Amino acid sequence: MKYAYYPGCSSHSTAKEYDHSLRAVCSRLGIELVEIKDWFCCGSTPAHSVSRLLASALPLGNLAIVQKMGFKEVVVPCASCFSRFKTALHDLQNEPRLREEIGQIIEGNWGDDITVYHPLQIFSEEPQLGKISSLAKQGLAGLKVVCYYGCLLTRPPKVTEFDTCEYPESMDRVLRALGIATLDWSYKTDCCGAAFALTRTDIVLKLSHDILEGAKSVGADAIAVACPLCHTNLDTRQEEIEKTYGADYKLPILYFTQLMGISFGLSSQELLLEKHLVSPQRKLEEVKQHA
Amino acid sequence: MVKVAPRFSEFAEAVKTISGLDVNLCFQCAKCASGCPVSYAMDYTPTQLIHAIQLGLTDLVMNSKTMWLCASCQTCSTRCPQDVDLAGVMDAVRIIAQRKKIKAKIPEVPIFYRSSLRNIALFGRMYELGLIATLKLLTRSFTKDMGLGLRMLRKGKLNIFPSFKGALAARRIFSQVKAREKR
Repeated sequence: MKYAYYPGCSSHSTAKEYDHSLRAVCSRLGIELVEIKDWFCCGSTPAHSVSRLLASALPLGNLAIVQKMGFKEVVVPCASCFSRFKTALHDLQNEPRLREEIGQIIEGNWGDDITVYHPLQIFSEEPQLGKISSLAKQGLAGLKVVCYYGCLLTRPPKVTEFDTCEYPESMDRVLRALGIATLDWSYKTDCCGAAFALTRTDIVLKLSHDILEGAKSVGADAIAVACPLCHTNLDTRQEEIEKTYGADYKLPILYFTQLMGISFGLSSQELLLEKHLVSPQRKLEEVKQHA
Repeated sequence: MVKVAPRFSEFAEAVKTISGLDVNLCFQCAKCASGCPVSYAMDYTPTQLIHAIQLGLTDLVMNSKTMWLCASCQTCSTRCPQDVDLAGVMDAVRIIAQRKKIKAKIPEVPIFYRSSLRNIALFGRMYELGLIATLKLLTRSFTKDMGLGLRMLRKGKLNIFPSFKGALAARRIFSQVKAREKR
């Protein structure tokens, strides 16, 4: 299996561990990811809040490179980038005027027959799900995890075409294939406060507090995530949330790809586990000792 | 879908021109406001804001906090029984406010948008440390998150230097879009 790969801006900074762990588990699964040559930012929230044309043109400009490289499928791990790519393709199909304008901005073919995948869509289906199960070595059976999908993987469903929008199960399926017990909980698709991290931090603190509280109340040892922004809000702001709300969580926030990597027996250096501000090491040691 | 008698509001027309969305389909069931994670911080709930757009209350909408506090989480757009993409309406209202150079009730939010886009137009890929520095200058919040920023730097979560990969192609798109939108 071979896919074009759009890492997204955070893969070089706040979410290096997501990029590293995704590449590592893909290589174990025999999935080849070919990084898009000279890709650029999808524009994210700032673009769609300022100009609809810009918000479409930035993702489609990247898809034009995918097209040039001869790929028909691209993997986009960041939930925000994934949402921008899917939205651009959706709008292109439904708005003839936009199609015309984009045609004049982006040279050549931008490839509206390209399929955009989030890695969870590939991992949670056969044949990969069976392969994941057969590669699972390290016993993580004692680890109780809640899967946090956030907003943009599933919503709005007519755009994202991802799982079921109010109660998704794909990440749960992947982690269960590793033998991890995933718990039912009420905050799978609640918002963490997203891009308000730098402007209205109070909103992030409140919404992320609700999520951490929800995870704690069902007895989770860790939260698994699939979005760099969710990770940053829940991990790097956790200490501030504890102080603000007088709470005590110390809940490790792990990318689902890191849990896959641990289970496959990859080293913590390969998975960059030491990058998290809330260290997962102690929790993982405890689970290993019990196994 | 329930048909609602058309009303005419210039503001609703402006929203439609930008987004293609028809706010007159809304029959005020308030499902959007009930599911909105940020409505607690807004001065008008999303349901009230869309009503104000229907009625053409431009000043009220332009001077509200609501659109700036919308997190674009898409919960309202997903659950609307009339299929009104309210998150898209919020985008349209933000775009109108910025074009009219309205003084935003939550000024740091449009400052964040503009600084981010300038950052992407310059570097091609988001250069976080540059963005943070710009935001601190523009919002005069120099000490905010200092400790956290340093911890993240030590963990290698923020790059000291920007990359310029993809900058040329991104800049071309920015200038093309700008030229078209000026016309």
